[in-house]
Amino acid sequence: MKKLISLTVNGIKHELAVEPRRTLLEVLREDLGLTGTKKGCGIGDCGACTVLLEGVATFSCLTLAIQADGCSIETVEGLAEGGRLNRLQQEFVNHGAVQCGFCTPGMLMTATELLRRNKHPDEKEIRRAISGNLCRCTGYQKIVEAIQAAGEKET
Amino acid sequence: MKKHRILNTRAPRIDAADKVTGKAVYTDDLRRPCMLHAAILHSPLAHARILNIDTSRARSLPGVIDVVTSQEAGIRPYGVSPARHDETIFCHDKVRYVGDEIAAVAAVDLDTALEAVSLIKVDFEELPIILDGLTAMNDGQPQLHEIYKNNICAEVHWQFGDVEKGRRESSIIRTDRMISKMQDAAFMEPQSVLAETDARGHLTMWSSTQAPHYVQRTLAMALDLPLHKVRVIKPAVGGGFGPKASCSTAELVTCLLALRTGQPVKLTFDREQVFLHSRARHQFFHTMTTGVRNDGTLAFLEHNCILDGGAYASFGIATVYYSGSLLGGPYRLKNMNYDGYRVVTNKPACGAQRGHGAVIARALFEVQLDRLAEELGMDPIELRLKNVMEAGETTCNELYVSSFGMREALEAVRDSAAWKKKRARDGQIRRDGKGIGAACGFFVSGAGYPIYRSRTYHCTVVTKLDEVGGGVTVSSGAADIGQGSDTVLAMITAEELGLNLEDVRVQSGDSSLSVDLGAYSSRTTLMTGHACREAAQDVKQQILEAISGCLGVPPETLDLKDNRLISLAGEIDFSALREEYLKEHKGFASLPETAHLTFAEAGRIAFLERGTIVGTGKYKPPPLGGSFKGATVGTSPAYGCSAQIAEVSVDLQTGEITVQNITGAHDCGYAINVTQVEGQMQGSMMMGMGEALMEQIIYDSEGRIVNANLAEYKIPTALDMPHLRTIIVESNEPAGPYGAKEVGEGAIMPVIPALMNAIYDATGVRIEELPLTPERLVAALKAGRHQKSSI
Repeated sequence: MKKLISLTVNGIKHELAVEPRRTLLEVLREDLGLTGTKKGCGIGDCGACTVLLEGVATFSCLTLAIQADGCSIETVEGLAEGGRLNRLQQEFVNHGAVQCGFCTPGMLMTATELLRRNKHPDEKEIRRAISGNLCRCTGYQKIVEAIQAAGEKET
Repeated sequence: MKKHRILNTRAPRIDAADKVTGKAVYTDDLRRPCMLHAAILHSPLAHARILNIDTSRARSLPGVIDVVTSQEAGIRPYGVSPARHDETIFCHDKVRYVGDEIAAVAAVDLDTALEAVSLIKVDFEELPIILDGLTAMNDGQPQLHEIYKNNICAEVHWQFGDVEKGRRESSIIRTDRMISKMQDAAFMEPQSVLAETDARGHLTMWSSTQAPHYVQRTLAMALDLPLHKVRVIKPAVGGGFGPKASCSTAELVTCLLALRTGQPVKLTFDREQVFLHSRARHQFFHTMTTGVRNDGTLAFLEHNCILDGGAYASFGIATVYYSGSLLGGPYRLKNMNYDGYRVVTNKPACGAQRGHGAVIARALFEVQLDRLAEELGMDPIELRLKNVMEAGETTCNELYVSSFGMREALEAVRDSAAWKKKRARDGQIRRDGKGIGAACGFFVSGAGYPIYRSRTYHCTVVTKLDEVGGGVTVSSGAADIGQGSDTVLAMITAEELGLNLEDVRVQSGDSSLSVDLGAYSSRTTLMTGHACREAAQDVKQQILEAISGCLGVPPETLDLKDNRLISLAGEIDFSALREEYLKEHKGFASLPETAHLTFAEAGRIAFLERGTIVGTGKYKPPPLGGSFKGATVGTSPAYGCSAQIAEVSVDLQTGEITVQNITGAHDCGYAINVTQVEGQMQGSMMMGMGEALMEQIIYDSEGRIVNANLAEYKIPTALDMPHLRTIIVESNEPAGPYGAKEVGEGAIMPVIPALMNAIYDATGVRIEELPLTPERLVAALKAGRHQKSSI
């Protein structure tokens, strides 16, 4: 039987009736049309589905939607500020940290969480933070550089 | 002075902003009204005869719209290579691997489709299985296909030069072996397909493919449809690396169900299905005997290889040829024999993957060069420098290299990585847990011939001037799968037309736009780049002719630069054109008031003069290669080459390997986009490092993959990867647009052997089986201590 839940996604509150077994990833993509969050494996191995749940980087494929009831969720669609790329997004663009782009949303959300708790991470801290987000295109080099550059510009 | 305004810069990818905001649309993000969901029944057995398929319970499940098996799909054979059509949409007589496709269901939602699949009952008669590629050819082994006697799907026997003469000239001859494992491409986006038909019988399929044109042909062939009624559209694709170049069962099944139901149908693989469908790297068993003269000159190579290709041919015919042909370079090697066999086994089919066919052959040959250098007491880089080819030379198997920065690349990494300081002299090694190793590589810049036999153009491009003025739209069937080809096309067009990059739109990856063979064999920059340049020049010429007519000046005195029309013959009076443009745009903000006619004005006036302005471009390579059997595989209009140095540290107790850094230099001819060239090099290093150190598909004794997920099938994470240093070498390729050639695959070639040579330097032991796991290394170290010497 469906359960009524409330999710605040990127600042907008949604009331939803969902089957208890459905994941947060499915509800974001299918019910709310927020397809920026990606499914790479569905079992918590790749990190492409990473969102921020109450500010914490979380695999949305391993989280039931009903577990997020009443919570605030941030996805890649909420990063840009007033239609402009935020600093981290801009550094990803400038540094060539994006190739196929399928890991990018999850990578950005993980990096967002990192930069909030550690404004100026060094290379090692960045690599540790994103080690749960797989990328098959870039060798991670330019992703690490982009996150580091975003950190350096933080005040 | 810089030659170009836009080219050879670090222009950001044109799709990057969409990708960092979540706006980029991948196939699984698409939805259509009344869309059905499909699911596939895969074989649970590796080899069995199908006695009966009972779909009655599945059909009667509420919500199920259609159930299809070979009975509905027919058994028209298809395949990648015209010489080996060995697949049908569904298995009809028997299944040949765990994962082989037996039936499919379309239902109102995915849960119903999956439940229906579980209700299909299949009676099997189990057959003996063969999982070992090395023994699959032996008499008495289970046979997979009637057409492949002794399970040999393809064989190659080549003799170039005179190997016996080379043997007589050699002072040192050694034989070495290498075994690799099947590698998964592990792209982040699982294959996804959405197909629909219109009321007039036109089929449109959106798919995460690398090769819309080939897929369009296969769909039309296997489903018996007119080619022009099949349209394949590639939305954003989350990586391909080869396996997405062949038409997948997901594509065929989804289209079949859409045709039968008249409703849109979607199917997205889960991660396990990605592993099961595979079409990724073969397993290779190489044996090489190589001889050198006293002075280090290469004298001959005798090469034998068996490729385990899994259950079907896929791209594998090309693979077995590439394994031999690409050892023709980058060294002067006059005498080379090759015997290659591609066998079928009861495992998922293998196909093309980054560095197609050539990666493990390259790895063993480069390891051999180090071992020969050691026996000669020579520095391994010196040995290589002594033998490298130069531009203008032809390999023994008739591959002509028109530009070749191999020497420059090797010297660049040697100097950048401080090789001379770090590497002990005279071929001696360190064995103290720290090591450094080098290797080179060689790869095609676009296959010289299409997969199907034809004199087709390999690509065409249509560039249309905006009729309202201001920009252009480039239309191409080329497939941007993340490598950035759309950005390359936009940059070339902007350069030729003197436009800003943001005023060029690219629509691509759609079979209805143009013929383009797709993203494989590192072909797009060179081939589609040529066609794109030609189309832009055509548009430019038409604009200049139209404007010259208005102004009464010869067209050759006009040019388009920096987003405006310029005159090469002094001041011109364009006030009448400006006036006309302003009159048309009364009430618009931002009207032109510059001292030059803007591109927008020139474009609009040209349209007013001539109507639609469309430029076209096309490319196909000239006839290439020799006349021997299989001579076409390995031919290319140009060849990329690269050198890398890896530094490692090894814990001699636990066998743990840490890669400290990799320094790579790649000759891409001319870097159209500097950032993207580096990105391809870095991505190649990562993929090669994974194959060298951790990646392997593991099968149980029944042929089931035991690690069909991204936790147990390990690919490098950000913590595994070291700092990657990239050096771009530009040799100005005569056959490439602006001198450009490949980087996407060539850069993977040196990674595995550079790491293997570094690990040997660190440990003193050689391992012949990949991946180089700590377990294998510890075992070899123990054995090595007994033997005192590894040579």
